[in-house]
Amino acid sequence: MGESNTTSADFTAAPPRINEWQRFVRVFFQRRIVIFGLLILVMLGFTALFADWLAPYNPYKQNLRKILQQPSKEHLLGTDSVGRDTLSRLIYGTRTALTVGFVSAGIAASIGITLGIMAGYFGGIINIVIMRLTDVLMAFPMIVLALLLAAVLGGGIHNVILALGIVMAAGYIRVMCGMTLSIKENDYVLAERAMGASHLRIMTRHVLPNAFAPIIVVITLQLGFLILSEAALSFLGIGIKPPGAAWGAMVNEGYRFLVRIPILSFAPGAAIMLVVFAFNMVGDALRDALDPRLRGTL
Amino acid sequence: MTTYIVRRLLLALFCLFMITLIVFFAMRLLPGDPIIIYIGQSQQLSALDEEGMEKLRKEFGLDKPIMVQYLTWVSGVIRFDFGDSIFYHMPVGTILWERFPVTVNLGLYAFVLSTLFGIIAGILAAVRRAKLVDRIVTPLSYVGICVPVFWLGILMIYVFGLKLNWLPIIGYTSPFDDFWLSIKQAIMPVICLTIGALAATARQMRSSMLEVIRQDYIRTAWSKGFTERVIIMRHALKNSLIPVVTVLGLHLGFILGGSVIVETVFSIPGIGHLMVDSIFSQDYAIVQSCTLIFAVIVVFANLIVDISYGWLDPKVQYG
Repeated sequence: MGESNTTSADFTAAPPRINEWQRFVRVFFQRRIVIFGLLILVMLGFTALFADWLAPYNPYKQNLRKILQQPSKEHLLGTDSVGRDTLSRLIYGTRTALTVGFVSAGIAASIGITLGIMAGYFGGIINIVIMRLTDVLMAFPMIVLALLLAAVLGGGIHNVILALGIVMAAGYIRVMCGMTLSIKENDYVLAERAMGASHLRIMTRHVLPNAFAPIIVVITLQLGFLILSEAALSFLGIGIKPPGAAWGAMVNEGYRFLVRIPILSFAPGAAIMLVVFAFNMVGDALRDALDPRLRGTL
Repeated sequence: MTTYIVRRLLLALFCLFMITLIVFFAMRLLPGDPIIIYIGQSQQLSALDEEGMEKLRKEFGLDKPIMVQYLTWVSGVIRFDFGDSIFYHMPVGTILWERFPVTVNLGLYAFVLSTLFGIIAGILAAVRRAKLVDRIVTPLSYVGICVPVFWLGILMIYVFGLKLNWLPIIGYTSPFDDFWLSIKQAIMPVICLTIGALAATARQMRSSMLEVIRQDYIRTAWSKGFTERVIIMRHALKNSLIPVVTVLGLHLGFILGGSVIVETVFSIPGIGHLMVDSIFSQDYAIVQSCTLIFAVIVVFANLIVDISYGWLDPKVQYG
């Protein structure tokens, strides 16, 4: 730039073609920490899938002769108050965390995307109703609303998933509504209308695919938050029923034996933090790589 | 301006109305007859026959149509009459009156600290971009929003309470009773409540400040020869605060939500702890009231945020 020997050919030539995939990879890996995040997520998925092989012991089997043992060669992270191996329970806990995360994210996304597209596409009274309801939903502190719903529905993992799914839908509604408002102004939507396409077709074939990037980003960023929320709820004693393994509940159980064997509480907490961190890092990188315009809004 | 405030007030009123609807009907969806739950709680009532149950139902107004029940409840709530707790055997209002100041006390500390330090940290990180401050603040702000607060609380209890013996591990004292003890007891819970909102504020402030100091009017200010302090404080600050202020209401909600967890960890007798306890004792009048209070606070916080917007951003079209 700024050199004097540029010829007019330089200006008339077509701009260099950018390989979208290469650009994506370059931006995605801009911060090295993303590699670390991805690695954790891959390990997490691997652990959840192969928990049966990876866990050194049966996570539910009690052994009253070996309760509250300090970490040793046999039990790398010690044992809990009924002699279950902490490491094995930690490994099985990945299944709980991921199941809750993905299923409730799926519920939130389905509710939120449907309502958000409708609000943005039809506008008018439908928009007002949906967006005002979203405001109301957002007025409840997330964990409080989830607690209320869990209390209404009754504890249990299924109801926690449902409660989190409903609570988290608000974010998708806002994002989808905004995206739809701008997408529907495009000429191709008008052309499609002129050719007689139905509203449903436009919404599913045109609006939805064009809003793909922000949806993926919101899902990734929310997964960490969902796992954190599930951990908080199970810490409070709502969610998975004993003897099922959930990290939050493990922290709570370890709290009672904090003086004797602190690792019981520390290890699952560290796992939660690591996983949430990984999801956030990858989510941020995805956002920058897929659509930098989303910076600041998501 | 006036029409904007009036409109905003109406919106808040609508929000409050919807919240009461949600809270009331959520509780009515509960599996099981509230009378049976009530009877189950109490020894002398468990031998009640059908007739006695009908009488109780009348006493609680549960025989009336649901809309009448709703209106009775709402008109009670407006007069701070939240009904009776079936677990504590006293008016919910009395219990809330005892517990509420505790949550407000700690929540206010956390809100003020997270906002103040979040803004300062964000500004420093933006102004000294890629320098030492930024290299400390930015990674910390990423970690801060990932920390499970209940775990952080336990970690601090272990280190500062049990090992180093610096701080009392649990409990709460009113600052009016014993100021120093109250501060000492508040340190760890307030850190837990603060960290998430603090990290989020710092991140937002940093990116917003970076955006602003790239703008032309800031370059103009530089070329006029103002000092950095004047430029940041007098020119850049106000504009860069706008996106941060927008989410303050959300952050207050976040802190209130955190109080549910933090109060449980530190055995603090606030409404967060009360709500969790009441879910397990099936004391639904209390669960209902606590949820309502949390939501109402957030609605008012958002109202204040929206109205104060005009001071920061005169471009906002009131209308």
